[in-house]
Amino acid sequence: MIEIIIYAFLAVSVTFNILGSLSLHRFSDVYTRLHGATKCTTFGTIFVVFAVVLHSIWQLRETNNPKYLQMALHSIVALIALMLTNPTGAHAIAKAAHLSGYKPAKAVIDAYERKIRGEAQ
Amino acid sequence: MGEEVREMIFSEFFYGMIGVALAGFVTLARVMLGPSVPDRVVGVDTLNTLIVAGMILLGAAYDRVIYIDIAIVYALLSYIGTLIIAKYLQEGLE
Repeated sequence: MIEIIIYAFLAVSVTFNILGSLSLHRFSDVYTRLHGATKCTTFGTIFVVFAVVLHSIWQLRETNNPKYLQMALHSIVALIALMLTNPTGAHAIAKAAHLSGYKPAKAVIDAYERKIRGEAQ
Repeated sequence: MGEEVREMIFSEFFYGMIGVALAGFVTLARVMLGPSVPDRVVGVDTLNTLIVAGMILLGAAYDRVIYIDIAIVYALLSYIGTLIIAKYLQEGLE
């Protein structure tokens, strides 16, 4: 039963990682590519860590080896580090791309441009 | 190849690692093809996340906790690298 759940988590994670990398080729703009790739790969990595934690807790109950408890806790720490750093890094890239002159390709309203120029919203 | 090694290499986490590596190669194509600099930066940022996922999967497949520790350090250091590149794109290094 637990093996089936681990297989399901791994399938979800691999599917979302591959979709996230394909979105880099599907979209046409820096901002839309950032949107697709960052969200999909973060979601996929969350499910990778869920699968590893489930596997290590199961092994801990089977074998009573404290190595598996360490594996589960360190995977959770890696997940927390990734979830804190990934959105902030994407935000920094988007702001830097806008300020260095790459405008959104098909945008009709650019609220950040108006805010920089000091116009009313 | 002994039975133990075969069991480690052909575990389910190793197949997941192969899928993540496939996604990494697709991302690497965007890094090489990307028409502008921020496109390449987005590709590198995505590749860093995929490498962290692959390291966690390999640590589970080979039963080595040290791979997961390296994944933590890699996540934090790649975040610093992304921030430095973003700052350089924005206003130059001063």
